[in-house]
Amino acid sequence: MKEKGWKDIPWGGLILEEGNAEEYKTGSWRTHRPVWDEKKCTHCLLCWVYCPDSSIIVKEEKFKQFDYDHCKGCGICSTQCPTKAIHMEEEGKFVIKTEGGK
Amino acid sequence: MSKITEIRWHGRGGQGAKTASLLLAESALEEGKYIQGFPEYGPERMGAPMQSFTRISEVPISLHSHVRTPDAVVVLDSTLLGTVDVTFGLGEKGVILVNSPETPQTIRRKLGLNKGKVFTVDATSISIEILGKNLPNTPMLGALIKVTSLLSLDTVASSIKHKFGKKFSSRIIEGNIEAIKKAYEEVKEE
Amino acid sequence: MGRIVGLTGDEATAEAMRQINPDVVAAYPITPQTETVQRFSEFVAEGIVATEMVRVESEHSAMSACVGAAAAGARAMTATSANGLALMWEICYIAASYRLPVIMAVVNRALSGPINIHCDHSDSMGTRDAGWIQIYSENCQEAYDNLIQAVRIAEEEKVRLPVMVTFDGFIISHAMERVEILEDDEVSQFIGKYKNAYSLLDVDSPVTYGPLDLYDYYFEHKRQQIEAIEISPEVIQKIGREFKDLSGRYYDLMGSCHLEGAELVIVAAGSTAGTVESVVDELREKGEKVGLLKIRIFRPFPAKQIAEALRGVRAVAVLDRSVSFGAQGGPIFLEIRSALFDEIKPPAVVNYIYGLGGRDIGVDEIERVYKNLERIAHTKKVDELVGYLGLRE
Repeated sequence: MKEKGWKDIPWGGLILEEGNAEEYKTGSWRTHRPVWDEKKCTHCLLCWVYCPDSSIIVKEEKFKQFDYDHCKGCGICSTQCPTKAIHMEEEGKFVIKTEGGK
Repeated sequence: MSKITEIRWHGRGGQGAKTASLLLAESALEEGKYIQGFPEYGPERMGAPMQSFTRISEVPISLHSHVRTPDAVVVLDSTLLGTVDVTFGLGEKGVILVNSPETPQTIRRKLGLNKGKVFTVDATSISIEILGKNLPNTPMLGALIKVTSLLSLDTVASSIKHKFGKKFSSRIIEGNIEAIKKAYEEVKEE
Repeated sequence: MGRIVGLTGDEATAEAMRQINPDVVAAYPITPQTETVQRFSEFVAEGIVATEMVRVESEHSAMSACVGAAAAGARAMTATSANGLALMWEICYIAASYRLPVIMAVVNRALSGPINIHCDHSDSMGTRDAGWIQIYSENCQEAYDNLIQAVRIAEEEKVRLPVMVTFDGFIISHAMERVEILEDDEVSQFIGKYKNAYSLLDVDSPVTYGPLDLYDYYFEHKRQQIEAIEISPEVIQKIGREFKDLSGRYYDLMGSCHLEGAELVIVAAGSTAGTVESVVDELREKGEKVGLLKIRIFRPFPAKQIAEALRGVRAVAVLDRSVSFGAQGGPIFLEIRSALFDEIKPPAVVNYIYGLGGRDIGVDEIERVYKNLERIAHTKKVDELVGYLGLRE
């Protein structure tokens, strides 16, 4: 993204759109990524509750996938998962694959 | 600058020198004059010597220093005469008015003064007699307007009603006005 | 039109605040500002103003509350002195950088230590680089007039900066003077309704104030602040003209000056400018070519106008009521000397530090300065660039 000059930005560092933190991809900070095991998952959604970064995507009250664009790889979801359905793997193995957790 | 009348008040913290200096200024404002009334503040301490100043003028006043060459000096407490140089900067024709039962001649001798005009009035006795306590500031104001002809007695009385009407009872206000009138009549000249 | 009353500087400030009727006032009492906040609190208690008064536990909190209130879209005001302003220092920068039009009366008092309650300009001069517009007032009338104009200057869309209005502690704050007060509706019409383009409480168009701003954008935001304060002189002048239409009293970037035919000029800010003026009047009656240049707007510093105003003058003495330790003179002197650098025939300029901690300055000292200027103009020699007025050796 090309950075703007001083004449083209809101004054005082104001951010004028709501929720645009989404545009800031923090997924690159990750060294380990969570991987989902569909067979073990009971869809209790404790991972969704605990995720500090809203990176668990839920659809129709069921775990759908991780948001790897923003997941920083903290591992809280895998620690909290009561059925060990989430485990952490080194990021290096997934250099190309960035969408979803399957 | 000669158009400005400068007055310096000497008193002790709590005797009302600040109030008197501002009241005189406010009264002069009622007569359409330009004014300044301000105290020299330390951290306020009851009993400590302090000064306050009034300037009255027909033209706007831009001078903002202390009064160094007063046209009149008012001393609210004669015990200050030995400790404070109350005559500092007083001109040849200056007026010095002291709260004292003594004669102006005696005060002149005590001050070792060979210029100006000395006046005395027993403001403490007047105050105790009329107000029941020693608040010499308003009677001294009455004596001052007599010896300087700065303002009319009526203006000062109406200023007091206006300024203190909300804060004090009418008995206190009437008492102060009576004390001012008595001092106005009783002030002694040499 | 207005009415004439006897008011002290603090009372005149409270009176202006009453007429401005701000949405929020957050303040902490400190000598010699105390009477301003005390009197304004009475207005709040009596229901005369619609202001939400926030009684905070420190000046740091006072300025923080003003920042929060202004970001939420309120017209916010405060007042302080000396150590109180020093405690606000961090948040002063934040108010300016978020472009919040907070209005503050600063009753000038010496900074500790040793502790002192009397006037000098070390407090406001200490915040001169915080990004606030600074207006210095000579007397009670100017303090009142400047505060009302400050509201308009701060809230002007292309400026949007906080404004500080200063006047001398005790010398003005506690001196009763003749002050002409405008009618309440005249003031409310003059200042108008405040409309914040970006309110924190506007749920339909939500905004974020104060995000992390690193090397990618912080510099650009500072450049915007520079632009805003550099544009402000034309706004200050425009509002000064409008204020003249309303009150008959005209205010420009510099205070009222006496420079016609002047060869020896004193530059001063605050109440001392008045004392200098009375000496100028007296000396001019004797035919001496003396003059005064009164500082009004110190930030932004009107360097060009001042250089032009001093053209043809032979010698200038700048009076500073504060010290910039280790610098080449006081803050006003540094600005003036720099402003004259590009002049083809600049006058000789000297600096006098005076009045620290409330040390009285009178006619005698000012006359001595003019005598020294006369000698400098005559001999074209400056023996002492920075001198001290009223100091015991």
